[in-house]
This record gives sequence, structure tokens and C-alpha cells, in this order.
Amino acid sequence: MSDIALVAEAFWRGSLGTSSALLSGTLVRAIPLTILGVAIAIAFRAGVFNIGAEGQLLLGAVAATVVGLHVPQGLGVVGLLLALGAGAAAGGAWAGIAAVLRARFGVLEVISTIMLNFIALNLVSYLVRGPLQEPTRVYPQTASIDEGARLPQLVADTRLHAGLLIAFAVSVGAWWFLSRTAAGFRLRAGGAAPAAAAAAGRVNVPRVSALALVASGAIAGLAGGIEVAGVTYALYEHLSPGYGFAAIAVAILARLNPIAVIGTAFLFATFETGALGMQRDAGVPSTVASVLEAVAILAVIGFGGHMAWVRWPRRRGRASGAPAPEASA
Amino acid sequence: MRGVTRRFNHVVAVDAVDISVAAGSIHALLGENGAGKTTLMRIAYGLVERDAGELRLFGETVAGGGAHSVRRAMRASIGMVHQHLSLVGNLSAAESLVLGGHGRHHPDAAAAHLARVSELSGLRVPHDVLVRNLSIVEQQRLEILKALSRGARLLILDEPTAVLAPPEIRDLLRWIRSFAEGGGSVVLITHKLREALAVADEVTVLRRGRVVHAGGGSARGASEADLARAIFPETLDPSPVPAPSAPGEVVARANALVIVDARGAPRIRDATFEVRRGEILGIAAIEGSGHRELLRALSAQQRITAGALDIPSDTSLIPADRLREALIPGFSVTENVALRQAGWRRGLMRWPTIAERARNLVRVFGITTTSVSAAARELSGGNQQRLVVARELEHDVALVVADNPTRGLDVQATAFVHAQLRGAAARGAAVVVHSSDLDEVLALATRVLVVFDGVAREVSGDRDAIGRAMLGGGGGAAA
Amino acid sequence: MNELEFFLEAAVRTATPLLIAAIGESVSERAGVINIGLEGCIIAGAYAAFVCAGAGPAAGYGAATLAGMSLGLILAVFSVSLRRDQIIVGTALTMLALGVTGTLFRARGSAGALVVDIGTVYRIPVLSDLPLVGGALFAQPAIAYAAFAAIPAVWWWTNRTHAGLSLRAVGESPAAARSAGIHVARTQFGAVLFGSAMGGLAGGALVLAQAGSFAEGMSSGRGFLAIAIVALGRWRPAGVAIASLVFGSAMALQFVVQSLGWRVRYELVLMIPYVLTLMALGAFGRGSAPAFLARHDLEE
Repeated sequence: MSDIALVAEAFWRGSLGTSSALLSGTLVRAIPLTILGVAIAIAFRAGVFNIGAEGQLLLGAVAATVVGLHVPQGLGVVGLLLALGAGAAAGGAWAGIAAVLRARFGVLEVISTIMLNFIALNLVSYLVRGPLQEPTRVYPQTASIDEGARLPQLVADTRLHAGLLIAFAVSVGAWWFLSRTAAGFRLRAGGAAPAAAAAAGRVNVPRVSALALVASGAIAGLAGGIEVAGVTYALYEHLSPGYGFAAIAVAILARLNPIAVIGTAFLFATFETGALGMQRDAGVPSTVASVLEAVAILAVIGFGGHMAWVRWPRRRGRASGAPAPEASA
Repeated sequence: MRGVTRRFNHVVAVDAVDISVAAGSIHALLGENGAGKTTLMRIAYGLVERDAGELRLFGETVAGGGAHSVRRAMRASIGMVHQHLSLVGNLSAAESLVLGGHGRHHPDAAAAHLARVSELSGLRVPHDVLVRNLSIVEQQRLEILKALSRGARLLILDEPTAVLAPPEIRDLLRWIRSFAEGGGSVVLITHKLREALAVADEVTVLRRGRVVHAGGGSARGASEADLARAIFPETLDPSPVPAPSAPGEVVARANALVIVDARGAPRIRDATFEVRRGEILGIAAIEGSGHRELLRALSAQQRITAGALDIPSDTSLIPADRLREALIPGFSVTENVALRQAGWRRGLMRWPTIAERARNLVRVFGITTTSVSAAARELSGGNQQRLVVARELEHDVALVVADNPTRGLDVQATAFVHAQLRGAAARGAAVVVHSSDLDEVLALATRVLVVFDGVAREVSGDRDAIGRAMLGGGGGAAA
Repeated sequence: MNELEFFLEAAVRTATPLLIAAIGESVSERAGVINIGLEGCIIAGAYAAFVCAGAGPAAGYGAATLAGMSLGLILAVFSVSLRRDQIIVGTALTMLALGVTGTLFRARGSAGALVVDIGTVYRIPVLSDLPLVGGALFAQPAIAYAAFAAIPAVWWWTNRTHAGLSLRAVGESPAAARSAGIHVARTQFGAVLFGSAMGGLAGGALVLAQAGSFAEGMSSGRGFLAIAIVALGRWRPAGVAIASLVFGSAMALQFVVQSLGWRVRYELVLMIPYVLTLMALGAFGRGSAPAFLARHDLEE
């Protein structure tokens, strides 16, 4: 009994129980989870399985670091914008590889984005030990980025940074884009029913899917830039504790609604900081957080019915002349 | 079968039906689309469970329920050939024949088996060709051979002639007759009176799941008119009037058009024709003739390979498969209305305006739905098609392309769609319509274009001349 | 043993878990079910083998197989019985397995440092003395021979038994299979269980015949590589075998690079299999996938 109380208290103290846990821990973690959750929601809504948010985040972090290390003094907020912009561009380009492979060569983006994750992980390991290593050449990380390229703090003496506002803006912006713009409608239509979108809507579905994947990657890359500019101020290997995978659960639990992502991201951030608290104070491994995430996905999928927006690219031929069976006459 | 009943979500598909099939006879099961013919026979075959009633096969009562009902029907010597052939494209003909067996599979033995069954029945199918490379006729034969090789003595053929041209239909009916003379029984599901009367010993007509007529075939005095009244008590206008307006200027023009598909196979080898304002151009063709690619090209869905094709930018399309190509089942009625040409839209979606348009269409086209926010999948099939037609004909467009626009619709919905197409032509649109049912093409068209083996040409003349041309025969004057 | 022989031997040894997982996955995919949770099956199998290795290699492999299969059971229930999206369920299963094995492994504390016996190498007389390929093909642990044997066995089963025909029919056209009297869900269920059991076995081989210990996330993408291998091998056992060897070679490069002392960054060498996968999929990945692969809508 006391064990359980101990564990629960550790969870509470680690996640929400103190203002420092909430502001410096949970909310700080909710920022990348929200942005990545939005990135994944957009891709999945378009029927594209972007499992590569983790790699896109890392590439975004690399680009933001490179820019952040080299911005000239005195640019002020421009330096920060350049760093974040570079992060988004790099993430988009990284996803763009998968988009091209899908559009031109019919390669499943599930496989290609996962491969790109592994490549990105090894690339970061290489960079922080090789070309980008800090000047003393002791630690596997880069030097700290310029002060001007850092995100300002929101609350003094905490780690909570202005990325929180960006995360809110990204969520609301994505919701507005999907529900109010013609391009967002095309994206949803192409994801829900590619054949109907092409035939009735004259939508260029391959193009829309490719753009959605690139946009998703750019948003994930932005999250990487924000991590560097707001939290770590440098690039190192374990910059992301698997945010890109947790964000899949975040997006699915939110039923791919960008606004709801804010809530589910906060929930999962609580799981994770709580789990870290449990590991620190009660010796419970923090990996239980990913068990919780997996169970959450299975519960939503199991009880929530089909998710019809997900589709497989490039169906090829059936037996000739035999159209898809339909309901009996 | 006695008192057989089946409901789907409170809709009674088959309602207390009694039907019996004598050995050595051909029993035609007639009725319009949705009358319950297929469901009734799927119950007999064991693919669909019945909610009530008794099923006796060759003297044995078959209990309801249980997982392996298809095997039970097979053991009881029933074979069913579905309307949409259920073959596996990547298996060879011989492998298809033995599919569903147990234990070891010997390819040589399977080939020999196919040759033997083929020889015995007189239905020839090459054994080593992949099913996807067989012609439709060969695929259909293979389906029948599959049933025969399992010792079927009762064959259920579901709309077997829908995909065949008239001479192929004659061959098939002749074969059915000889099978019955050899002691076999056949249930022929069809909505074509003529062929039912030509071959059947017994005729049963279903309407809304109930038997409304049961009697003998033409040998016992049944007439086409009697059966037509049983099927369509609304007394349909026997000779629908073609759109009267005189053809105007040319709207679409194809000149020496060539279309090669993604696999490099030529689908359209030569097509030169025009479509004018105010006319309905019917396209008659058997499956696999290339007409589908032609229709897709006319609606700007298909890249052309050579030649010229002038089409207006604003084309309406009513595709054959509404749930795949016309509607997004999970989207609301309003969103489905907005779907038309969403690819060209810029800027923001003005949802209140679009919803108002959707409400207007629902009213004008008599679409039954709880609201315009209801998902399209919640509408009945007929209302879904009304929604597609309403959306595509909302504004007067220059060209309307319709592919099997009444598939799966009941008689009222069919009449509605026909009236809308004629109306569009009368208002000055050029309408191109294809149907797998030649009679529907003939009923609608003011001019008929026959596509055979990638070559399109205009054919004038009667039903027989067009039927011959659909198989590549002469007859009819090329325009 | 010269460097080339050493490399070939390492390539085959490294390819073994990939081959086992990919052969199993090919069966699952031919029935129309893609197992994105294969990565999870491998890590679960690896951990189970590690824990049970004390009771002998047979116990280790048995436990590995059961661990993979239990994940497969979840996939089968969700994706086959409930018709939920295969890719999302599979992704969740990989997260689940990585989380559970990580949690259990950390909970073991210092016992985690345990090293298990990586098993006897069985040298086939005469053949193992062949130059160049002798060591690679004929001096391997027992599990490698089992993997080789699985190639013709699976080919024979899919092409020369009725169950195999049924499997192919189900992945290509479930409606047609059903009307031929084949129980579609049961076939897919069985195929998923086989594929995930093989995934678990592959994890067992990773620990018991290759690494000799367990580390968190040690599957390091082998499940995803195996899925790519199936596509590259065009869903045929022989093609899968060749693709596995190619990828085994790519992964084995890291050992050679270390032993040769080449001045290439280790991290860059580690990237090679993944880069190779992307390039190979782009070049050859357009084979004929089963038409109903990864579909949960089947018909209706």
C-alpha cells in the first residue's frame, strides 16, 4: 500500500504537483508533443503514414543549431526566426525524400520514413562527434547557440519558453487550415477517398499527398528547431526521448483533431514527466510511459471504430474486368 | 426453400419466400435491382444466413447458422457464379479450379483436372494462363467449371449475361439448356425478360423481397408483357422518348485518339467522333473494349497517348462506382456537394453558402436525408445517386459523362436519373452515357457509338446490328 | 581466416535474424496483413530468449517464439477480427514491446549485465573447409541452418499445398477466397501468428546466436528492414532470401570496418543498411504486392 502511495506521489510530484514540475517539466514537454502531434495529424488526415516525425525533428534541430551557431550578432529576433525557419525547411526536406520516393517510385512512406529516422539518428551521432562537435572536442555535442537565436522565457526562473505560444498557434492554424481553406479540404478529401477526390473533385491526389507529407515534415522540423532554441541550446544525441513516436499516440488519441492535440499532448507529457518522477523517486522505469502510450492507441483504435482516413498508396490491379464486389443486389 | 426471410438493418430483403427448383430444369429468378434475388440465392448457397424459414437441398433439411455454410452448400452440390466474378487474379486457371481444397497441391494434376472437366462440359479454358489474363467469357466459364468440378448439380448463375455481348449470351444460354438436359438444375438470376423467357422452364418474379409471380416459361404460355407487369407494376412507359432537341454545335471532339494504359497495353486504338449540344451519345461495348478509358478521357481523368481530344473544361461526371469515385462516404452531404471540382477552388471554403446550396439540392432533387450534415454513407443507395446527379447537374455544363448511372438503383430512382440526363441534354448539354445494359443505352441514346477492341465507330441500326458490332462483327453503317 | 571470409561469415550470421523475420512476414503479407509490429515481435523475442536462456537454447528459442506470437495475437485480434487499421495497430505494438521490454530490463537492475552463451557453431564436415564460402555457409549456429531450411519449406508450402493456395487467394481477393469456401479470417489469423512467431524467433536468434546479451532497443530497426526485404524480395521466398543476405552484408560491414581499422566514421557505416533500403526500394520496390495487403475494408 505504501509502495503504491509512494509511486503515485512520485508521479504527482514529477508531473503536476509542484509549479516547477508543471512549468519546467510537463509544459515544456507538451510543446514538442503538441507540434509533432499536429504534424502527424495533418499527414494522417491526408492519408499519408508519416512515422518519421522523429527524424524530421532531428533534422530540424540540426539545421536550427547550424544557423543558431552562426547568426551574426545584433540581428535580434531575426536570428531566432532564421534558426526556426531553417529547422522547418530541413524537416520538410527530410520528409520530402519520402514524398518523392512515394510519388515517383511507389515506396511506402511507412518504411521510408522509418528508415529516414534511423539515418537521422546516426547522422546526429556523426555530426556531434565530427564536424559539429564543440571546440574542446570532449563532449558529443555542439557548442551553445547564440543568445540571439534563443526563445525567450515565458515565466522567470523556469524553463518554460515562448515555444508554448508557437505550439498553440500551430494547433489553431492547422485546425483553421483543415476546416476553412480549400487546400485543407482537398487534403482531407484526398486522404478520406482518393478516387472520389480525383474523379469528382479533380484533385491531384499524389501532389496533395506529397505536399502534406512535406508540410508535416516542416512542422516536425519546426518542433526540432524549438527544442534547440528553447530547451537545449545545443545539438546532442538524445535530444528527443522519442517525441516523434509518442506524438503518433498524441495524434490518434486526439482523433487527428489539431485542437484536441493540445489536450492529448499535455496528457502524454504528464505521463512522461510523471514516469520520470517515478523512476527518480520510486525506482519505476520511465519506459512505462511508452507502454501507456501504446495502450492508449490500442484502446482508441479498439473501441473507437475504423479510421477511414488512413489509406494505402497505389493499389494495383485486381483480376481484370472484375470490379470491386459491392453489396448484394 | 419455404418461408425464407432475411433482414438487413430492419430492411426486409427477402420476405417469406417459397421457391423450389426441380431437377433437370431451368428456373429463372426475375426482378428489378434490389428485389432480393441475389440475397435469396446467397441464402441457398450459404453465404448469407437466413433469419427464418426452411431450406431443403436434394431432400435434406439444412440447419441455419454455423460458420462453414458455404462448404455445406458445396457438399450439397450447389454451385454459384456471382455477378461480379469471384476469381483470384494471380492464380492460374488450374489453381483457381482446385482452390479451397486440402492437403497437397499437385500442379500437373490440377491442370489435368481442368482439362478433364473442360472436356466433359464443353467449356474451354486454357489451364496455364493467369486468371487476370483470361477474357471475361473464359473467366465466367472457369467459374462454372469450378462449380461443376465440385460435383454441382444445381448451378446458380447471378446475372451471367450482364457482361456478355448478344452472341456470347446465346452460347451461354445454349450451354445452360444442354446442362439441364443432362439432368442438372439451373437458377438463372436476371433482370432481362427476353433471355429468361427464351430458356426457362419455370419463372419466379420477386419484388421487394416477396414472390409476386410464379409460373412456367414461354412454353407454358408466359408472355413478356405479363412478366413485365409483375416486375414493374407501375407500368413503365414501354418506349421512352429520346431527347427531342436538335443537336447544336460540337462540344467535344476526338480525332484519331489513342490511349495506352499504365502497363503499356493499347486500350483505345482509334476513335474519331464528335458530341454535340443537346444530344445523348450512347456508348455500347462489352467489358474490356476500352470504353472505360474513353469515358475517363472524356471526363479528363485519363491522359491520352496520341491524337487529339477537345473537351470543355467544365465537365460533369457520374461514375459507375458512386461510393468510390463520386462520394466520400464519411463526409457530410454539404462536404460532398463542395467536392465537385475542389481541385480548382482557391482560398477559403464558404461553408454557410455551400450548406445553403446543399439544402436547395436536397429539396429540388428529392433527396431523403435527415440533414445536410448527415454523412453520405447514411443515405440509401438511391439517395446517394440522387445526390451525385444533383451535384453534377446543379449548374448547366457543356458535357455530362455518365457511366452506368443507374447501377443498383430501383425503378423509381432509375427513372429519375434517366429523366435528369434527358433534361440536361434538353437544356443544351452534350451527354455521353454508357451502360453495361445495352437496353439502357438504347433507351437513352439519340446516337450510338460502339467500342470494340479499342476501335470506336458509330453504328446505326437495330439492337441486333449494335450487338454484332459490340463483338467486332459488321453490320450498321459507319458514320 | 582472411578478411573476406570473416566478412562473409559475419554477413550470413547477421542476415539470419533478418531472414527469419522476413520469411515470416512474407507469409503474413501474402495473406494480406502487414505486421508493422514486427519490430516489436523481434525485441519481445530477444528479451524472452535472454530471460529464458539459462534453461538452455531450446527454452530460449521457445520463449522467443511465444513472445512474438503473443504480440501477433494482439495484431490478429485488432486487425483481423476487429478489422482495425493494420499500420496503426502495428505501430502501437512496436511501442508496446519496446516499452515493456525496456521496463522489465531496467527493473532487473544489475542482472541486466548478464551475458548468455551464444551457442555452438555446427561445422559441416568437408563443406565447411571450402574456401571463401565454407565458413559463411557451413559453419553456422543451428538457427542459421533452420533459417535456410525455412526458405524451401515456405516455398513448398505456398505453392504445393492447398493451404498455401488459400493463403495467396486471401491476400489477393478475399471475396473470391470466401466464395471458394476458404475461411478468410482464420487464414489471416494463422498467417499473422506464424509471421509474428518467426519475428520472435528472429529476436531469439539475435540474442542467442549473435549478440549474447540484451540491450534496450537492440532490434534497432530489423523489423522494419525485414518488411522492406519482403517488398524487395517480391514476396517470394527465394527473393526474400537474397534480399536478406544483401542486407546482412550491409549490416556486417560495421564489423569489417572495425577490424580493418578503416578511417571511416562508425556512425556513417551504421547508416548504410538504411540508406541501402531506401535506394533499393526506389529502384526495385515496385513488385506485385498482394492486392489486398493492409486493407481493413476487405469488401462491403
